[in-house]
Amino acid sequence: MKKAAERSVKIGGGALIGFVNGFFGGGGGMLCVPLLEKILDEPTKKAHATAILIILPISIASAVTYIASGYFSFFDTLITGAGVIAGGIAGALLLKKLPPRAVGVIFAAMMIAVGARLAFF
Amino acid sequence: MRILLLIVIGITGGVIGGMGMGGGTLLIPLLTLAAGIEQHAAQSINLIAFIPMSVVALIIHVKNKLVDGKYLLWVALPAVAASVPASLLIRRLGGKILSRFFGGFLILLGGYQFASIIVSKVREYRAAHKNEKNRLYKNVYK
Repeated sequence: MKKAAERSVKIGGGALIGFVNGFFGGGGGMLCVPLLEKILDEPTKKAHATAILIILPISIASAVTYIASGYFSFFDTLITGAGVIAGGIAGALLLKKLPPRAVGVIFAAMMIAVGARLAFF
Repeated sequence: MRILLLIVIGITGGVIGGMGMGGGTLLIPLLTLAAGIEQHAAQSINLIAFIPMSVVALIIHVKNKLVDGKYLLWVALPAVAASVPASLLIRRLGGKILSRFFGGFLILLGGYQFASIIVSKVREYRAAHKNEKNRLYKNVYK
């Protein structure tokens, strides 16, 4: 890719990731990993790791904006957050034991089913 | 009861997030559909709940030299710049309509995931098949 083209892809992709992550309060990583891996040709592991570096500042900026807008519940966030940390550790350990493609298929089916429920009902 | 439900929802989202598959995309609908939390509030919980985990994961990845800082300027900066107006834009939307948008977003992500799994499966099959063919030729023209 030519340098100028690559730079536009990075800026455009970054802006899209930021917009989506701010608008939906998440999901930026699901766009960032393919951008790094498929378009900018980074290896899978590095793409996943670097995606966190990009998503973290976005999440912090969005979280501050959300809190300033009054969308914040200390109690619910604390309890859910504790669950997320426990689950996150379990997930990282499980990753080595489960077939990633089977999990991916189940997860994709769940996203489409839940998405349809939210979008149309 | 509600505490237990939120913990279970958090763990579910965390497990999927820990596997690197975007736990937030499932945590948010779980919070709205199962716990009855309003869409904007659920998004806020997701944003904040994943920050501590991301920090820990990032430190580990940096130690393993898997993080490339060269994307900070040209990807992360425009991303942060775009995220703030997007976060402000949702003030103008009601929970129901935002939830419908979110549903559409999930369908797109799920569809993309399906497509990429199929593509990688096909590629793998082709690569295996090619080897088989080569072996066959080698055997015939030995």
